[in-house]
Amino acid sequence: MQSLTAKILAKASGKNRVEIGETVIAKVDKVVIHDVTGPITLEILEELKYPVREPEKLYVFLDHYSPSPSISASNIHKKFRSFFKNYPQTKFFDVGEGICHQIMVEGNVLPGEVVVGADSHTTTYGALAAFSTGVGSTEAAYAILTGRLWFKVPEPIYVNVEGALSRYVFGKDVILEILRIIGQEGANYKSLEFLGSGLKSLSMSDRLTIANMSVEGGAKNAVFPLDEILIDYLKQFGYNLELDKLADLRPIEGVNPDITINLSRLEPMVARPHSPANGVPVGDVEGLKIDAAFIGSCTNGRYEDLLVAAEILRGRRISSDVRLVVTPASKRVLIKMLEDGIARIFLDAGAVVTPPSCGACFGGHLGVVGDEEVIISSSNRNFVGRMGSPKAKIYLASPATVAASAIEGRITDPRRYLR
Amino acid sequence: MSLKVVRGRVLKVGDNVDTDAIIPGKYLTLTDPKELGKHALEGLDPNIPNLLKVRQIIVAGRNFGCGSSREHAVLALIGAGVKAVIAESFARIFYRNSVNRGLLAIEVPGVRGEVSEGEEITVDLERSVVITASGKTLQFKPMPRELVEIIEAGGLIERLKKGLPE
Repeated sequence: MQSLTAKILAKASGKNRVEIGETVIAKVDKVVIHDVTGPITLEILEELKYPVREPEKLYVFLDHYSPSPSISASNIHKKFRSFFKNYPQTKFFDVGEGICHQIMVEGNVLPGEVVVGADSHTTTYGALAAFSTGVGSTEAAYAILTGRLWFKVPEPIYVNVEGALSRYVFGKDVILEILRIIGQEGANYKSLEFLGSGLKSLSMSDRLTIANMSVEGGAKNAVFPLDEILIDYLKQFGYNLELDKLADLRPIEGVNPDITINLSRLEPMVARPHSPANGVPVGDVEGLKIDAAFIGSCTNGRYEDLLVAAEILRGRRISSDVRLVVTPASKRVLIKMLEDGIARIFLDAGAVVTPPSCGACFGGHLGVVGDEEVIISSSNRNFVGRMGSPKAKIYLASPATVAASAIEGRITDPRRYLR
Repeated sequence: MSLKVVRGRVLKVGDNVDTDAIIPGKYLTLTDPKELGKHALEGLDPNIPNLLKVRQIIVAGRNFGCGSSREHAVLALIGAGVKAVIAESFARIFYRNSVNRGLLAIEVPGVRGEVSEGEEITVDLERSVVITASGKTLQFKPMPRELVEIIEAGGLIERLKKGLPE
């Protein structure tokens, strides 16, 4: 039985089957660049002077510095706008549109595609039964100019999920548990492939978070099979896919799982500083005092994330010792939170609501942390200095855990706030 | 350019040195290797950029370069004058970026226990060995020919300059 990744890579390289470890030259369906890694790509494109091969397959995002917090970032944006004026077919997303990965999964990636992005969290689209992985700026340029890239077919790690998630336990807790088990390089050069009866308990929002953070275990990619949940999700973007026609992407059967996660037994998890693999059940760190809280990022800035946080915050106020920054992942998410009153709940609770941006997650702007501060964040990395001061401490958790903690001013089990 | 033999003094770092430590987020609007190089590994220790002037072979533990895909991390090390990174293991994207930019990245299991801070060591690509100051040789798996060619050409872009593939 071939892994889903192997099947997708075989098709993209014009072969019937490929072996694990085999190097293939695969056709790339889409390339993503943004305002942090993209400037290096642009320098290369300008230097080489070859035309962009298929401009309509290139997705360009001004999302990290959105809107620009500095003259240097503004100058980068200016350069981007001017360069891509020559390529009207390129999908260009200016400041305020949202984080690249969120916009890509809002109808821009389809099952079975091969997508590379000059960003490590490009692994996110594996939730859509696609092969997607992060590359450097130079390789992005190579893919833009040639329409293809070499890949070594990764060895799969089969993750079997059983049972169903309890309330206020999410995809974030699942991936923090997986990372705890495999460690920070446990999936280096490998692929995480999900299977099992528990898949039907994992919403698209959960799957996107899991695929997104698979790279924190070093994974090349993560992939979920095509099922009814994914087909339903794609309908809102105008796609009516038929399961039968994409049989290759259906769940794999008859393989021995490498890891089994019992979703029913999983508790809310918190990753302690300074590694996403430092996960512990929330009870182990409950009561720890915090200065700041962040809900947002490509990991957990989706509508479902904000909805559950708002459910916890509704009619309550955050601790006077804490600041809470809420950053929707895209304009689409922001509009929805404005229309259904969620934005108001956050504001009434004392939170700051920002425009869509990568912002605080990478310590860029819109909520940078200071010396010795402790932050609980729904984002993806708690490395030293990631969100600002190298003297700060970052705890990673689900939006529900972050919201409950912001109310208490201390790390808190969100299940205390179940309504 | 031939990379057959590289010699230099060792700067030792630990496991899981991530790309935020190699080049913190606040410098990501820079693209010039020289400028980035002034901050190389600053996230780990602010004294390192100074040390790199005299210690130009980094010897690391496991999973060097994990985290972000930022190529700035490789550019910063190149800009700081780093001649090679020898690690117990590398994170995937960092390794690809190193090859594509022409930075020598070599996986040598057990290397951290075999060399000392500041020691002068030699990397011989031809023989696939690291030679310590005391003359001890540590064997590593030969780099695939295609990767050595990319590094010797000065990176993927230098190769592309010769024309696009068919």
